[in-house]
Amino acid sequence: MSGEIIGTYATAIFLLIGAGFVAVGVIGLLKFNDPMTRLHAPTKVGTVGIGALLVASIIHSYTLGDSSYHELLILAFLFVTAPISANFIAKVNIHLGTCETPPQPDRDDTWATLETPDEEIAKS
Amino acid sequence: MMAAPEFLSLALTIVFVTLVVGQILSMVRLVLGPTSGDRILALDTMVINAIGLVVVLGISQGVQIYFEVSLLIAMLGFVSTVALARFILRGDIIE
Repeated sequence: MSGEIIGTYATAIFLLIGAGFVAVGVIGLLKFNDPMTRLHAPTKVGTVGIGALLVASIIHSYTLGDSSYHELLILAFLFVTAPISANFIAKVNIHLGTCETPPQPDRDDTWATLETPDEEIAKS
Repeated sequence: MMAAPEFLSLALTIVFVTLVVGQILSMVRLVLGPTSGDRILALDTMVINAIGLVVVLGISQGVQIYFEVSLLIAMLGFVSTVALARFILRGDIIE
């Protein structure tokens, strides 16, 4: 077995792993019945699913002869930004009251998203 | 065991079909979505699926010019998700 054949098989296997994670995440997005639960599934698509597709792209370009590692840049960007956007969407859910209100924090008065600045000024 | 090129083309077909079905299903969630958090999440998932489609298109054509496209889509998707969430949280995007 030459390196080219192994590279082609590895590309196909990483593509199938990515397809599996994308399918699981999207089915979770459609089937779960609570906004916070629905937030859980598609974040896996953003990290592991697209990560596997990008690894497949790296291996494929390496197999074709002109190796490129640009895809690692997209991978790093997605790994940094996916938790941030998930955190923002969770804050939107808390703010709109579509999920169970989290317990009161220990030291501060309230959660930042649950009280508008006007109310805080009026209270102080 | 299948030969390597046929296995790769079969895997490419499966990935394309999965990503397209994923786009359609997240569009269903975008239309249904009871809360606006669900709609933002569905748009974010659609952007991420679009990145996957562009990457897989680059693999199937054997070219690397789609790298910049997917990086730009990733950046625009993150910024638009954060902007939509900020707009709902604060009523304003840049205060």
